[in-house]
Amino acid sequence: MDLFLHQVLAGLATGGIYACMALAIVMIYQAIDSLNFAQGEMAMFSTFIAWQFMQWGMPYWVAFFATIAVSFAAGVAIERVVFKPLRHASLLSHIVVFIALFAIINSVAGFIWDFTIKSFPSPFGTQSLFGSGLISMHDTGMIVVTLILLVLLFAFFRYTRIGLAMRATAENPESARLVGIRVGWMVALGWGMAAAIGAVAGMLIAPVVFLEPNMMLSILLYGFAAAVVGGLNSPLGAVIGGFSVGVIENLAGTFIPYVGRELKLTIALTLIVAVLTLKPSGLFGKVVVSRV
Amino acid sequence: MTGPLLTVRGLNAFYGETQVLHGLDFEVAAGGITALLGANGAGKTSTLRALSGMIRATGEIVFNGLSIGGRATEEVARLGIAHVPEGRGTFSRMTVDENLQLGAMTRGDRAGIAADMERLYGFFPKLDQRRRQQAGTLSGGEQQMLAIARALMLRPRLMLLDEPSFGLAPMIVAEVFDILRKLNASDGMSMLLVEQNATAALDFADQAYLIETGNLVMGGTAADIGRDENVRRAYLGY
Amino acid sequence: MQQNVKDVPAVAMPDATAMKRRRIILSAVAITVAIILPFVVKNFLIFQLTLAMVYAIAILGLNLLTGFNGQFSLGHSAFFAIGAYTAAILMDQGEVAYYWTLPAAGAACMISGFLFGLPALRLEGIYLALATFSLAVAMPQLLKSSPLEPWTGGVQGITILKPDAPFGLPLNSDQWLYIFTLAVLIVLFAAAANLIDSRTGRAIVAIRDNSTAARSMGINVSLYKSLTFGVSAFYTGVAGALGAIVIQFVAPDSFTFVLSIGLFVGLVIGGVGSIAGTLFGGLFVLFVPNIAEAISKGLAGAVYGVILILVIYVMPSGAAGLVRLIGSKIARRTS
Ligand SMILES: Nc1ncnc2c1ncn2[C@@H]1O[C@H](COP(=O)(O)OP(=O)(O)OP(=O)(O)O)[C@@H](O)[C@H]1O
Ligand SMILES: [Mg+2]
Repeated sequence: MDLFLHQVLAGLATGGIYACMALAIVMIYQAIDSLNFAQGEMAMFSTFIAWQFMQWGMPYWVAFFATIAVSFAAGVAIERVVFKPLRHASLLSHIVVFIALFAIINSVAGFIWDFTIKSFPSPFGTQSLFGSGLISMHDTGMIVVTLILLVLLFAFFRYTRIGLAMRATAENPESARLVGIRVGWMVALGWGMAAAIGAVAGMLIAPVVFLEPNMMLSILLYGFAAAVVGGLNSPLGAVIGGFSVGVIENLAGTFIPYVGRELKLTIALTLIVAVLTLKPSGLFGKVVVSRV
Repeated sequence: MTGPLLTVRGLNAFYGETQVLHGLDFEVAAGGITALLGANGAGKTSTLRALSGMIRATGEIVFNGLSIGGRATEEVARLGIAHVPEGRGTFSRMTVDENLQLGAMTRGDRAGIAADMERLYGFFPKLDQRRRQQAGTLSGGEQQMLAIARALMLRPRLMLLDEPSFGLAPMIVAEVFDILRKLNASDGMSMLLVEQNATAALDFADQAYLIETGNLVMGGTAADIGRDENVRRAYLGY
Repeated sequence: MQQNVKDVPAVAMPDATAMKRRRIILSAVAITVAIILPFVVKNFLIFQLTLAMVYAIAILGLNLLTGFNGQFSLGHSAFFAIGAYTAAILMDQGEVAYYWTLPAAGAACMISGFLFGLPALRLEGIYLALATFSLAVAMPQLLKSSPLEPWTGGVQGITILKPDAPFGLPLNSDQWLYIFTLAVLIVLFAAAANLIDSRTGRAIVAIRDNSTAARSMGINVSLYKSLTFGVSAFYTGVAGALGAIVIQFVAPDSFTFVLSIGLFVGLVIGGVGSIAGTLFGGLFVLFVPNIAEAISKGLAGAVYGVILILVIYVMPSGAAGLVRLIGSKIARRTS
């Protein structure tokens, strides 16, 4: 029973990270109807920036928030420079550019910081919470930070005018234009927020997986699984999907021989294909995937 | 009456390569109500869409002394042109309240916005009872009212109305036109109205134009147009 | 409209035969040059050119799917891996002759492509891209997993022996593998060109252009899509087998998502929907990263990315489009 509870809690902790990645994916999906295959690399790069800040002597939390700000600006810049000109381009162009971003970011990170793994500090420490052995301080911290982030986002979308405008843009861009919303900037804002959320995910998971240019690829895959499970156009679904996928991953890893431990990515693959084909709207989204 | 608020000269519009409007010339007077009449597919909706920058168009569009041809839709809206589109365009997953808030997105005066919302809820009591209801769950007629109310939240100088009577019961149509006429008189708000219901439109408007397959074939005061033999036979049915 | 469609072949016919003739002459020249090449350049370059051809075949597989059928795959590294492992396992444990591993690898990939395609092909556009992306990311871990270790050798991978030239031909093994790969490449490229020119090919392309219209014309869209996916995987699988034979080694980490990116880059650079452009794509994918890595470690990805973005903004039709453009400029100037 203790093992079970322990795994559920650990699953919730990584699930929070998946939830963040899924949320970032959903934000961009709602803005441009495409899946950002470079989301993980963007998060990885942000994490390196945080690491660099700390190398330069910044305290953890200063570096944390500075990184969020830089990532936000970079996300906006990527949209303005690279994606805005492609607004009416084909899906192929979008995919090509996502792949290009993936390759560029991954390689520039390796170029600047090389490909060896680095340790990344946890602000919460690694000892177990209240010495219970049930959950570590860092895992607790991950859950708490994710929840704070989610509450802030919820409040932003629910209670601010810009949040309302962004929701309107996601729902119906044409009508959003008719009421005078600068849709292009809402899209850019979506990119900025996605980049910032990804940065949080990267910084929180880095103490667990270590910092290196390929650290986010499998986490991105889980983020995709979470987004698909929750429904690609439902932010709430993305969050619930993230936590569920995290728990599923951990329980499978503990209780299913071989498969759970060694084939974690295959589990994500199976989830993605199964949900997309059987219930394309996910658990909470509306139907968008057109089927042949 | 003063000079025109909106002057359109040689307006062409396109869907891809297909041209659907061919050199339209027309005006909306400041404080005036102009009606566009025409059969299905004549190009009425396209005209409004061209004005709002929603489709590719060439020609001269002057609003309030400003050339607005080629501007993005949101910029046109920000100049004070509110467009009630064909098919309503409400945000169906948002509440009635949020839809009205969105209508005022270009404004910064919180107090004014709140006051306007109450005023519009006064005009449309049906909406007042459903403030927290999702717009998508409103009846068709209620959604039409919401679309009009949302456009009014912009405090527009010019309203582009694409078949505002669509889906409304005759009683309500009269009511909606009444409200619009009141706003026209009190706020000096000008309107460009597209209507299937030519009788109501001619009754409501002071100027009218007739479009056939993307060409203007007739224009004049609503009264003159209403008296025209051909118009009566083709559009008024008597 | 209807009339136009009928008119086109009648008017274009003489031009088309002239073009076909020109294409045959060009191919003959290219093949002659390609056969002479291994006897005049160094062994290492021969080895590299062989690999470039291997990539070209894999990219052709991807191009059949994306360029002609309009489906996206970011997962072709997985099929390349399946092909490579099929060949390696057959040679290592079954002692099968290397040339027999090619059809086996192709078939294995066709079947796995078809099986993966059964659910995945009901997905369109970006969703298929996501499903195949997941496949590519998951594949290396799958290859390392302990249930498969007896066959795959786990992280260590499998080492295989380089074949010698048969019949006592006076060729070293690099030269022989080059010729062997060239022969396979010619057969597969000719087959692809024929496929695209056939009725089946027209159906495949019709689905890309407008799947709703294709369906209303009585084309079985899902069947042709799965078929194309299978054929595409077949090509990439054969390439994987050839790659394993040429490199004499397979290991899970050779088949990561990075390989998928490479194939995708080759596709875009060579020209989406151009069979000949694929060759250029293969050369590009082999040589450009080497040059970039020589300048600085890790730079290859950045070079890839920048070039991809430039292609999308400047020359969306890739190298093949560039050649066509230059060709038509020259033609205009001479006439
Ligand atoms: N999205 C579109 N793409 C291509 N053609 C279009 C499009 N929308 C409208 N058209 C064409 O443009 C012409 C004018 O259409 P428009 O919608 O402006 O007519 P309308 O006068 O508003 O008709 P109705 O009274 O039926 O609303 C029609 O021939 C129509 O087929
Ligand atoms: Mg209309």
